[in-house]
Amino acid sequence: MTTLPTTSTTKLGLVIDLDTCVGCQACVTNCKEWNTGGHSAPLTDLNPYGDKVDGVWFNRVHTFEYGLGDKARTVNFPKSCLHCENAACVTVCPTGASYKRASDGIVLVDHDKCIGCKLCSWACPYGAREFDEDEGVMKKCTLCVDRIYNENLDEVDRQPACVITCPSKARHFGDLGDPDSDVSKLVAERGGYDLMPEQGYKPTNKYLPPRPRKLTGAAIGAQESLQPVKTNGKGFLGWVDKVLTR
Amino acid sequence: MHPAYSVIFFTTASGAGYGMLALMAILGTAGVLPADRWFGFVGLALALGLITAGLLSSTFHLGRPERAWRAVSQWRSSWLAREGVLAILTYIPAGLFGIGWVFLEQTSGFWGVMGVLAAIGAFLTIVCTSMIYRSLKPIHQWHNDWTIAGYVALGFASGAVALSFVAHLFDVAGPVVKALPVVLVPVAWAVKAGYWAFIDRTGSLSTPNTATGLRGGAVRSVDWPHTQENYLQKEMGFQVARKHATKLRTVAHALTFAVPLAFAVLTLLVPNPLAGIAAFVALASMAGGLLAERWLFFAEAKHTVTLFYGAEAA
Repeated sequence: MTTLPTTSTTKLGLVIDLDTCVGCQACVTNCKEWNTGGHSAPLTDLNPYGDKVDGVWFNRVHTFEYGLGDKARTVNFPKSCLHCENAACVTVCPTGASYKRASDGIVLVDHDKCIGCKLCSWACPYGAREFDEDEGVMKKCTLCVDRIYNENLDEVDRQPACVITCPSKARHFGDLGDPDSDVSKLVAERGGYDLMPEQGYKPTNKYLPPRPRKLTGAAIGAQESLQPVKTNGKGFLGWVDKVLTR
Repeated sequence: MHPAYSVIFFTTASGAGYGMLALMAILGTAGVLPADRWFGFVGLALALGLITAGLLSSTFHLGRPERAWRAVSQWRSSWLAREGVLAILTYIPAGLFGIGWVFLEQTSGFWGVMGVLAAIGAFLTIVCTSMIYRSLKPIHQWHNDWTIAGYVALGFASGAVALSFVAHLFDVAGPVVKALPVVLVPVAWAVKAGYWAFIDRTGSLSTPNTATGLRGGAVRSVDWPHTQENYLQKEMGFQVARKHATKLRTVAHALTFAVPLAFAVLTLLVPNPLAGIAAFVALASMAGGLLAERWLFFAEAKHTVTLFYGAEAA
């Protein structure tokens, strides 16, 4: 059914810390690694060694910059499915291939029913869904549904691949529907927010903003801008300077 | 948004087909059109042929066309499924209406009821098509009521132009049939002009700042997650150069509206067969114009996902 569940109290999702993400792409790699053998397998790569590389990925890390001068920040920005409460990608699906689970809020695609009309990817403001040209069906992040309930794994490993591999602990997994869960507390403490709230999709995943800088450069005695080192034109360095400025 | 040719053909052809079907059904039932066997056959065959060719074409862009039958199951939530259901249902009264007209040369009584039902079905199917686009919040250029008005107005205007041509072919074009394009083409022109003014004037509420949630200055994209264009950019990041868009709008203004209107007026002034030739020119011009108009409808639509890839507005 592509109508959305009305009572889903459990909302499994991710909390992503933009302050600590270092943009190492480990989550991207482990996501691809796990999922190309998991529920949505394969995550097709087209022309992987050619000049027009293409392929399906569930998790991608962008890098943004904002602000100027002392206020400027560089932010690594991982983006995967946000498992929205108002998941329009589900309601637009004409076949019932897209669905949102009432039990935990995970949004999934039944690849046996998908006709590959791509409408769900148009309906997603975040670009969470990617089309598999080879299989002709839509694919998306499953929140590692085949890990988090997998009793063949040790309990400590029952987390999404991206979370478990993150070396800087920038990704957290849990129930955002439970106000007492660790992730909910983290969101409350750090002022976690929704992406594009104006679109009204009510994403489950939350982002933690970069922490404000405590000290400015000037406060620790750094110069406003660096001056070139002057040479006196003598000795070896002087000779090098002369050669290089010729 | 990437303008897929199959979807451009589908929306223009089926729009014109449904417009023509609705007009033939209404005018036939009302007795404005003669219940002539061959006129009915050619006219309804053209309308249903455009509809069917459009619907078939829409399955060409599917990744799994063999599963297209599944696309009618989720009518409770999906406008695409509703469109599929109504498209199929409309064939029933349209087919019965056609049987009455072509085999029995009757368009009143029971056959007239079928005509009215076919017209309603045709109208609602066009509305469903437009709602597929209207319902997509991430695309500001589609998520507004101009989208619905545009699809309905263009469907009926192109249907009227096609009907006029077929009626002239059989020399049964009365003043109503000749006048319909003269009324409906300007209405569609006004709607489309209104749409273009609207999308030029307004933009999405979403910005690179709301997309990333980062505050404290303009957000700039410094590094993409991949070295080559990915699916999202190919499908949703299609960009049309502004100068091409302006040029194509001029083409759409001329071919979709100005030329068909002028030649539709001409059909009122000159006798057949000159009027028939004028009706044909109007139809040929509109067919070309609609392709430009529909190509622009996709190419000018900006998706919020582009905000993650350096677009400053959507």
